[in-house]
Amino acid sequence: MTGIIVFAIYVGAFFGSYLILSRLVSSFFKRTGFNKLKTVTFGDESAVVANRLASILSVVTLFWLWVAFTNSTIPLPKMPGPFLGETSFTYTATLEDGTTDEGTVTVLVYREDIQLTRDADGNPHQAPGDPEVEPGDGFAKNDSTTVARYGFKVIDVWKNDEVSKKDGSRITALNGKPIEPGGKIKTSAGEIGLTDKGTPTFAPATGLRMQRLYLPAPEIVVERFFFLNTEGYQGFSLLAHTGYSVMRVLVGFFLGALVGIPIGYAMGLTNWSRGWFDPIVEFMRPIPPLALIPLIIIWFGIDETGKIVLLFLAALWIMIIAARSGVSGVAISKVHAAYSLGANKWQILSRVIVPNSLPEIFTGARVAMGVCWGTVVAAELVAANVGLGKMIVTASKFQQTDIIIVGIIVIGVIGFGIEVGMRKVENWLIPWKGRI
Amino acid sequence: MDGLFIDDISMRFDLPDGGHVQALKNVTLDIKSGELMSVLGPSGCGKTTLLNIVAGFLAPTEGQIVLNGHKVEGPDPERGMVFQQGALFEWMNVRDNVSFGPRMKGAQKSAYTEKVDHLLEIVGLQDFKEKAIYELSGGMQQRVALARCLANDPDVILMDEPLGALDALTREKMQSLVLDLWKDTGKTIILITHSVEEALLLGERLLVMAPRPGRVHKEYRLPFADLGVGQDLREVKKHKDYNTTREEILSMIWNMEEEIMGRAEESA
Repeated sequence: MTGIIVFAIYVGAFFGSYLILSRLVSSFFKRTGFNKLKTVTFGDESAVVANRLASILSVVTLFWLWVAFTNSTIPLPKMPGPFLGETSFTYTATLEDGTTDEGTVTVLVYREDIQLTRDADGNPHQAPGDPEVEPGDGFAKNDSTTVARYGFKVIDVWKNDEVSKKDGSRITALNGKPIEPGGKIKTSAGEIGLTDKGTPTFAPATGLRMQRLYLPAPEIVVERFFFLNTEGYQGFSLLAHTGYSVMRVLVGFFLGALVGIPIGYAMGLTNWSRGWFDPIVEFMRPIPPLALIPLIIIWFGIDETGKIVLLFLAALWIMIIAARSGVSGVAISKVHAAYSLGANKWQILSRVIVPNSLPEIFTGARVAMGVCWGTVVAAELVAANVGLGKMIVTASKFQQTDIIIVGIIVIGVIGFGIEVGMRKVENWLIPWKGRI
Repeated sequence: MDGLFIDDISMRFDLPDGGHVQALKNVTLDIKSGELMSVLGPSGCGKTTLLNIVAGFLAPTEGQIVLNGHKVEGPDPERGMVFQQGALFEWMNVRDNVSFGPRMKGAQKSAYTEKVDHLLEIVGLQDFKEKAIYELSGGMQQRVALARCLANDPDVILMDEPLGALDALTREKMQSLVLDLWKDTGKTIILITHSVEEALLLGERLLVMAPRPGRVHKEYRLPFADLGVGQDLREVKKHKDYNTTREEILSMIWNMEEEIMGRAEESA
């Protein structure tokens, strides 16, 4: 249900912000440069330029949805929240002889994550005790209890009554409204009802916000981010977890490239090498690196060696194929021209084939880095002592959703950083790519 | 023994299905040192195959190529090659492309710098030495290719449709440049082209080849190349023999094309 509302708001934000902003700030919606003069733009991909206002709004919208659907303290418009505080309802007990009496149940609803919050001295808060109430008169006495937000409580109202349930006291009405066992009544604070056996229940209203277990508020995640940096998790700081994962990827990728590129060149240059390596490469290439994890763990254990071997294998085939297709992508006229200019085989390789295959190798390297990054996280999920994957899988066992989200964001940022970095290096090393 | 002797060359390609294609049959040519020969012919007449054999990229099934008294066994800097397009090295700037040949021979920088600068001046690219290849227009790229070839000081220059990818105006300018370079350097040039006009204007000797099997169909000796050196080529086209020769060659090639079509229909 909440999901449908989120989706509807998101779709509404997409169209609504366009309709409103395109009228208010039309300068962001004008085509600029040469595209300004084009009359045909729908279908002309080259005329499509990302509207940066939309990009900003997209991120802002996501952030706002995060705030709006969690119990965040950030002052932004939010969805109706769960009930918090004290509420009460009355129950009417009826005896077998028909006499009735009314009692009041006072319920204190407290934060479900109260033990995760800390007081001024840094000690965790404790769940509150039952509020004190006057017992009142009649055979049905007033009761009090506590329940956590998003929780549910079956309330034994007879425990202080003069006539117990066993002796024939039944609940016939809640808040003055007649009710049968199994029935439910909505109140402003939540839902009261009777179980099938006739015991009153109370479920505080949840609103539309998600509880911390499912989605912690942004400020909690930010706080957790700094906490992980200073205090660490499972004996390693966040930087150490990240560093180990990145180090594994870099070493594994580097070794894969170091071995793979020469093999790829050999496959592109000699019949014997192509014949020799073809079956291995064609067989190993379609195997997802993740399928190798069990074998790697058996062979190498869960230490660094196993991870690096796995990432080496993940990068190896990609780099072999990239180098091989890099060689086959060399225009034969370039090779002929170089021979006619007096180059020998070594010079053909170093001056023509290697530089000419760099674009292909870089495309392969980008793919390999992406695969390695995905593989290292998965490998750490399965078995590791330290690493981002290890951090989030351990956090999930302790239901520390905030740590999982910090981990996912760091994984995303690093993956994005790798991609951007590779593109920068590519533009610097091979400026002619895509321009010939 | 100076000059290029194409001695009874035949070339047969075996096909995977067991058949074969006779790309060239008994082609014999004697090209004197310093001659500019243009080669025309419909597609499939084997002119590129012939050029690749002379360059040493292909070994003929029969016959041999003899240059200045020795047999051609493979590619060698004595036979330079200019390709249609895309044979420049994009990862080097203009100057490094032109100095590629000398550098491969291990020449010292001081030994070739002057020559490279001189060649770039001749082809009109002295201000583009440091430019990357992809920053140049198609015509400028072919100028670089010419300079690169000349930097090696080859005895024979083989041109495989070097101007084929250029627009008409650039092409005219480049034709003049080729003529001037030919006269200045005195190189033997074999130029393959699809354009009858280009073959007429540039070819001191013009070879028309016929397909299936590839063979020499007719040979002309023309005055236009000599007339065109240093001249406006449009003036040369006004020469009384120019149009008649052009028409003659055009109808010759048309007939060949029709013959090919006819044969294709027969076999179909």
